[in-house]
Amino acid sequence: MSEHSAQMVHGHSPALVHQFETEDQQREAGSLGMWLFLATEVMFFGGVFMAYIVYRALHLPDFIQGSHMLDVKFGAANTAVLICSSLTMALAIHAAQTGKSKSTIITYLILTMILGAAFLGIKFTFEWTSDWREGLVPGFHFTYGGPYASGVQLFFCFYFFMTGLHALHMITGLGLLTTLTVMASRGRFRAEYFAPLENSGLYWHFVDIVWIFLFPLLYLIGGRFGGGH
Amino acid sequence: MSGHIVPVKIYVAVFFSLLILTGLTTFAAYIDMGMTHIGHFTIDWNTVVALAIAVTKMLLVVLFFMHVKYSPGLTRLVVVAGFFWLAIMVALTLSDELTRGWEGHPKAWSTLLPFLHF
Repeated sequence: MSEHSAQMVHGHSPALVHQFETEDQQREAGSLGMWLFLATEVMFFGGVFMAYIVYRALHLPDFIQGSHMLDVKFGAANTAVLICSSLTMALAIHAAQTGKSKSTIITYLILTMILGAAFLGIKFTFEWTSDWREGLVPGFHFTYGGPYASGVQLFFCFYFFMTGLHALHMITGLGLLTTLTVMASRGRFRAEYFAPLENSGLYWHFVDIVWIFLFPLLYLIGGRFGGGH
Repeated sequence: MSGHIVPVKIYVAVFFSLLILTGLTTFAAYIDMGMTHIGHFTIDWNTVVALAIAVTKMLLVVLFFMHVKYSPGLTRLVVVAGFFWLAIMVALTLSDELTRGWEGHPKAWSTLLPFLHF
């Protein structure tokens, strides 16, 4: 090892691990790994979206009837809640990047968690609970006997599976945010090192994107004008 | 040393754009935009508009919130590859699923039809 590189090894920040040349390289490698994981997540959700596309094409009037039984205002409100949470997440990372105090980072992280919990609260209490009361839960409590009953049941299978899978990702995200809050409170993040924040942020934004597609596909398909087709 | 720092101004602009687009997609769902029939295909304009807005929102999140606009080429390649593989799955599945009824059944099957129970 030359004298020059030896000096670099000892002159760097303690956050730089020895297999990387620079902090930028270390951070880019980490974020590349996270994106590879997200590419597998795209395919994971993609399978469900593909099945949805095929069955929607096969049973369009049934899916429109099912969609009209969902409440648009909760879907739209939850979209707004998630967009707010993506902003606070981005601001938490921005705070770490620009070397703000740990209390600033923690404030943004906690705001993100509150918004994430609000999303799940709206989903579980206002939507799933009323779906249960109305007998729209296939396999457990499905009592709808109106037009297109069997196709509507299929739509609600997709609805619960897709929103359930998404909710599971939200819960995982809340777990990550809890960990990040503890790390931030221990002063682990600085302007030179915030990889866990940035990569968890990528995950959080990805989950937001899944909802950006779920909202029109589940709540708005075929338009909300008229009553079914 | 800490990567590209996106100004807060841009985050806030993206945030408001996303909220406006959410309002727009909800509003658009209440307008009957009709359907266009071209050959075997039916284009439902409400779905086209809803998906176009969703893709725009996704691009805003990916480019700015997820910093892909400022990411190295290798990261961008992985991002594009992720969506490209999804596109392969959707395109190949639909090329089968949407075209099944186009040709009907082979003529030779007609003689068997009375004996087949579909």
